[in-house]
Formats: sequence, C-alpha cells, structure tokens
Amino acid sequence: MLKADSRDPAAWPRLLLTVLAIAVLWPGIHLSELNLGVLLPDSQNEMGRFVAQFWPPAHDPAFLQILLTATLQTLAIATAGMALALLLAVPASLIASRALSLSAASRGGVPSRLGRLLRWPVRGLLIFLRSVPEIVWALLFVRAVGLGPAAGVLAIAITYSGMLGKVYAEIFESTDQRPAHALMQAGSGRLAAFAYGTLPNVAAELLSYSVYRWECAIRASVVMGFVGAGGLGQQIDLSIRMFAGGEVASMLLMFLLLVLMADQFSRLLRWRLA
Amino acid sequence: MNRLLNLLLIAAIGVAVVASFSYLGLNLGELGSAASLKQMGAYVQRFLSPDLSADYLKAILHGSLETLAMSALGTLLAAVFGIVLALPAAGRFGWPLQSASRLLLNGLRAIPELVWAALMVLAAGLGPNAGTLALALHTTGVLGRLFAEALENTPPQPAEAIRLQGGNPLLAFCYGTLPNLAPQLLAYMLYRWENNIRMASVLGFVGAGGLGQMLYVSLSLFQEAQASTVILAMLVLVFVVDWLSAWSRQRWVKA
Amino acid sequence: MTLRLTQGSLRHANGVDALRSVDLHIAAGEQVAIIGPSGAGKSSLLNLLATALRPSSGDIEVLGERAWHLSARQRQRLRARIGLVHQAPPLPPRQRVVTAVLAGKLGQWSLGKSLLNLLHPLDVAGARAALARLDLGDKLFAHCQQLSGGQLQRVGIARVLYQAPQVLLADEPVSAMDPVMAGHTLSVLSRHAREHNVTLVASLHAVDLALAHFPRIIGLRDGQVLFDSPSGQVSHEMLDALYANEKLQSPTAAVAPLTVQIPRC
Repeated sequence: MLKADSRDPAAWPRLLLTVLAIAVLWPGIHLSELNLGVLLPDSQNEMGRFVAQFWPPAHDPAFLQILLTATLQTLAIATAGMALALLLAVPASLIASRALSLSAASRGGVPSRLGRLLRWPVRGLLIFLRSVPEIVWALLFVRAVGLGPAAGVLAIAITYSGMLGKVYAEIFESTDQRPAHALMQAGSGRLAAFAYGTLPNVAAELLSYSVYRWECAIRASVVMGFVGAGGLGQQIDLSIRMFAGGEVASMLLMFLLLVLMADQFSRLLRWRLA
Repeated sequence: MNRLLNLLLIAAIGVAVVASFSYLGLNLGELGSAASLKQMGAYVQRFLSPDLSADYLKAILHGSLETLAMSALGTLLAAVFGIVLALPAAGRFGWPLQSASRLLLNGLRAIPELVWAALMVLAAGLGPNAGTLALALHTTGVLGRLFAEALENTPPQPAEAIRLQGGNPLLAFCYGTLPNLAPQLLAYMLYRWENNIRMASVLGFVGAGGLGQMLYVSLSLFQEAQASTVILAMLVLVFVVDWLSAWSRQRWVKA
Repeated sequence: MTLRLTQGSLRHANGVDALRSVDLHIAAGEQVAIIGPSGAGKSSLLNLLATALRPSSGDIEVLGERAWHLSARQRQRLRARIGLVHQAPPLPPRQRVVTAVLAGKLGQWSLGKSLLNLLHPLDVAGARAALARLDLGDKLFAHCQQLSGGQLQRVGIARVLYQAPQVLLADEPVSAMDPVMAGHTLSVLSRHAREHNVTLVASLHAVDLALAHFPRIIGLRDGQVLFDSPSGQVSHEMLDALYANEKLQSPTAAVAPLTVQIPRC
C-alpha cells in the first residue's frame, strides 16, 4: 500500500508531455532552421555591419523631404482607407446585426428562423473579409491596380470593413435591446427604432473602437508598404535593400514618433467625443 | 462651448478625410469605372480554380509545417525572453533596470513583425530562420510587458515566506510566485500564438519562408491558381491554430 | 538563551507602535504561549523573533546569533533553522500539497535539488509522514485550492514540521480549526517540540487552549508584556486585566487536558 501511494500521480502525464514536447520541438527546430547566433552582432556577419551604420540616422534635407512626404502619405492611406471601410461597414453591420431584427422585437430578442438565415451570409462575408490578412489583400491589389497608395487604401478598406462591421454588429447586440424593441412594437421602422433606441447608448463605444482601429490602420499602412502599397513602408523597404542603415534608422524613429502621436491623438479624440 | 468644440473636431475629421483622398491623387471614379471593375473581375476569376494536384499539395504541406514551426518556436522563444525581461521590468531589480528593460520591451513591441522580418532577412538570409527570429523579437516585447503586469499584480506572500525560511530569491520565485503566475502566462502565450500564426503566414513576403514566401512567388509569376491554394491553406492553418489554442486554454488555464 | 529580545520596539511604517520596549528570554526547549487581545502585537512579536521584521530599536538574539548584525547570507542560513507558521498560510492555490510541504526544506537543499523537486517530488514519504501527523495523509496530491481553511493551516504546519527547525514559532496556528481539531493539533506540536528538543512559541486567541497545552504563558497588551508566568499561576484577575473591554472565554475547565476521540474529517 505504501509503495503505490508514494507514486506521484502527475509523474506519468508530465513525462508524457515532456516526450511529446521534444518530439514536436525537434523537427520544429529543424524545419524553421533556427539559428540564434545571427542575432549577435559581430564584425563577421551582415547584421553587425548593418547595425553599425544605424548611427547617425540620416538627416540631410533631401532625405528629410522624402521622409515627410512618405509619412504624410501613410497618414493619408490610413485615413482614406478607414473612410472607405466605414462606408462599407456601417450598412453591413446594420444588416448583419440582430439588433435591427423586427421579428426579434416580438420574440424576446431572438430573430425568427428566416431572419437568422438572411443575416447569415452577411456575417459570413464579414468574417471572410477580416480573416485574410490585410497584407495579402495589399499584395493582390498591387497586382490588380499597380504599385502605389491605391492598393493600400483598398486593402485597408476591405479588411477593416470586415473588422468594423463585425464589431459594430456585436456592439449593437450587446446593449439593452428593450428601448428599440418597444419602439418597433409601437410601429416604428427598423432604422428609426435603432437610431432612437440603440444608437445613443452605443455611440461612445463605437467611436472609441473606430479611433483605436484608425491607429491600427496607420501601423498596417506602414507594413503594407513593404509589398509596394506606398507610404513609409515602401521607403523603409527600399532603404533596407540598399543597405542604407542611416536612412532606415531615421525612418524607424519617424515611425515610432508617428505611432506615439497617433496614440495621443486618439486618446484626445476618445476623451472629447465619448 | 463643448458642443462647438466637438462639432469643430468632427468637421476637422471630415476635412482630413477629403484631404487624404486628394493628397493621394486617388481617382475613385476611375477605380470604380466599368473597365477597371471588369479588369479586377477577370483577375479575381483566375483565382477561382485552385491547383489541387498531389505534388503541389505536398509543397503546401511542407510550407504549412514550416509556417507552423515558425510561429510556435517564435512564440516559445518570446515567452522565455519575455519572462527574463519581465522580472526587471516589474521592478524586481531596482529602478534603473526597470526603466531600461521597459524601454527595450516597448522598442521591440513598437516595430511591426514585418519590419523585423525584413531586418532579419538581412542578418540571417532568406528562409524561415529570419521569420522565427522576427516573431520572437516582436512577441518578446508584447509578452514581456504582459508578464511584467501580471508579476506586479501577483500576491507576494508565498515568495516572502520562502525567503523567510532561508530560501534564495530564485527558489522563492519558483515555489512562491510561479505557481500562481503560470496559468496566466500560458493564456497570454496561447493568445499570441493565435496572432503569430497569421503573421507567420505573411512574413514570407519579405523572404522569411513558409506559406507567405510561396504566395509571393506564385503571385509574382502570375500563377493565380497556385496562389489561391496557398490562401486556402493559410485560412485552414489559422482555423486549426485558433481551435488548438482555445482547447488548450480550456484544458490548462482554469480560472 | 535560544531567544532573547532586549528592549525590542517595533514601529510600523504608518507610525503605529506595535511593540514597546519588550524584554523576552526563552531558553532552549521551552514551550511558551503568547496571549492577548487583538492588536496587542502578537503577530509583530513573532515576526520579530523570526527575523522577518527588524526591530526599530533594541536587539534580538536567536540561537546565540545577533540576527541583524549578520551578513545577509548568514542571516538566511540562520533563518533556515527558524520555522514560522504564518497566520494565513502562504501557499499558492495551484500548488500541490506535496510540493508545498517539501518546500519546507528549501533553505537546506541545494539549488539543483530544489529545482528538480518542482518537476518531480523527491521525498514523497517524508511529506506524507509530516502530513500524517496532522491527519492529512490522504491529501498528498491535492491542490491547495481544494482544501478548507483549517486544512490549509495544517498544511502550513506540516511544512514547518518537515523543515525540522530548532525554533518553531506559530502565529495563530489553529485559528481556523474547530476546538477538538485545534486541541489535537496543539498536542502534536507540543509532542514534536518535546521529542526533538525544539523551542516552541505560539500565539493563541483561545486562552483555554493556551493554558491547557503550554507550561508558560506571556500576556501581551498594547505592545507591552503584562505578565510572564507559568500557566498554573495565571489567575482570573490577570486575564481580566489582559482582556479588559473584551469578552473573556471562561477558562475554568481548561487546566485538565481534553480526552476526546479525534473524528476523521
């Protein structure tokens, strides 16, 4: 009795888990060709020489002009992309959300079978639009409409309409439905019931989320530049290819500054309007 | 006064939107014109018959495993480095180290994964190693900060008790703090892994291996059939990892 | 002198005086109970004796060493020979009982052994023996969060028993237990102290338990020692003075030890 009782019941599972982890990790390391040594900047590898060029960051006037233009372009891509995304997301969210369901008003919040069926394709579309990473869309659009900011704007518009649409729909559903239901039961149309009953409650949250997404759009614009969608990202890509460490350093600093300013501005907006 | 300011702000936003469109010189009319839409339509149509031949599927499988390995290893490495940096960032070793480690973590976090990947391709050459390192570096910043916050909010009594009976600080951490912290750390790791699998698919665009590199190559060669297979594989991978992560969270991260 | 506190005072960070010029001498192998009203400073006194807190003034000497004149490393070694049972057991909820008990010897094991113990418990028999003395042998592999308050306190005590210190300090070790279990646990502690010549100092709320199990009683009130006498000589007047303005538990039948069957819980 003592011998059996002294055996740790967790011993077997832990051993098994360890064996499993090694069995998975070993080929994993092999597949990913992991080599941490390249991170150490010694004079022999590319990294060392490249990093050494980072100081001082480039600051000649001609380059600064390019930098400013690229930054403005990134801001513009993000803003224009968000505007288009909203154009698509608002109607989509209104259609997809159960908050506007007429049948739900008289069934305690659960739409009829037909109601759910009709909403399903729109929800599916929104999920599909946001599942494909925006950079894949950017790559596709660069092939379709050529290099430059247009591809970036369209990519953001499509992905973010999916994101915004889905989140808006969920926000509409998460608030108290009874005011809107009461209005619908009194004979008002869906949109009016929504505008008077649900919208006042959720406006602040909608705004807050939208501004947060605008910040993300700025970061996304920079990333998409790497596949040719214009802005700061495209310039960084060019400089990396040309091994111009100083330029890369300046642009990274500019990017960090941009992100910081966007963060502050979004806080201000959210505070003022929400 | 308040209303006026808010109205002004909204007007300013409207102006900014219009200015953006004009600055970029985007001609939406031209983009939305019949000819342009037809061109895009034809382009999309070429995607609608994916290449599902056995040979190509084998290549896709290899690419998927490579992407999976990149994301998993990158997240794992990030967890290790993250906890190492989280200890000073939570103030355990004094104020100057706290500021330095927080600065480092913020820097790692602010630079997007793709930019890291481009830099890593320079250092490590093309291939999945660059992708793994890029994910590891960026995610270290994210996880390090989350871990530091969790560390700051954990009760100190168990660790203090171990110190009081003669244990050294490392043991006090392992026996007193870690058991409480481990489920939270695991939850953060799984959440980042879900995100990293999406990123890993994409890092190949700058040469960091995996499905992304396959997509980039096939799009550059105008092989839309192959490209659409890769996109399908990406979606499947994301779905699988999301499911695995949710299951793991349910199993090991009981509240 | 195993424990000697000379003119010890403790002032908390918020300015409150927890202890005022307390003098205490406890010899090796003695068993002492500290009683007093809430806020008297019992916990502070025990923490002081355990070298957990540094006295604001005065000197503390434990096991022949002047604790706060030692280097940090020497003090850590000294602390491994002092065991403190905390009032609220400092056990992580998700840790298993076996690991929590084995943690008692962390001050004595090497680093490698300690880390290995996390992966696989190295002395299951020893942990079981310590828990069995407190009737918790069957909870060896349970998680701490699955135990009740009284059971957790007993695990905390088992940890200190496993540590096998030379000085055993207990801060309200039986506060969450019913009277029968509390009495049983105190006898276990008392017997352990006697068999291994360990100095035992415990703070208790229940006066009857203190008088029943400990030969020497120290009464603490408002941070000062009111009386320090053998338990047989503790009178009603002394207790009244100690607990003035507090409801007093009647200690009439407390002198005879309890002889009741211990129920298996």
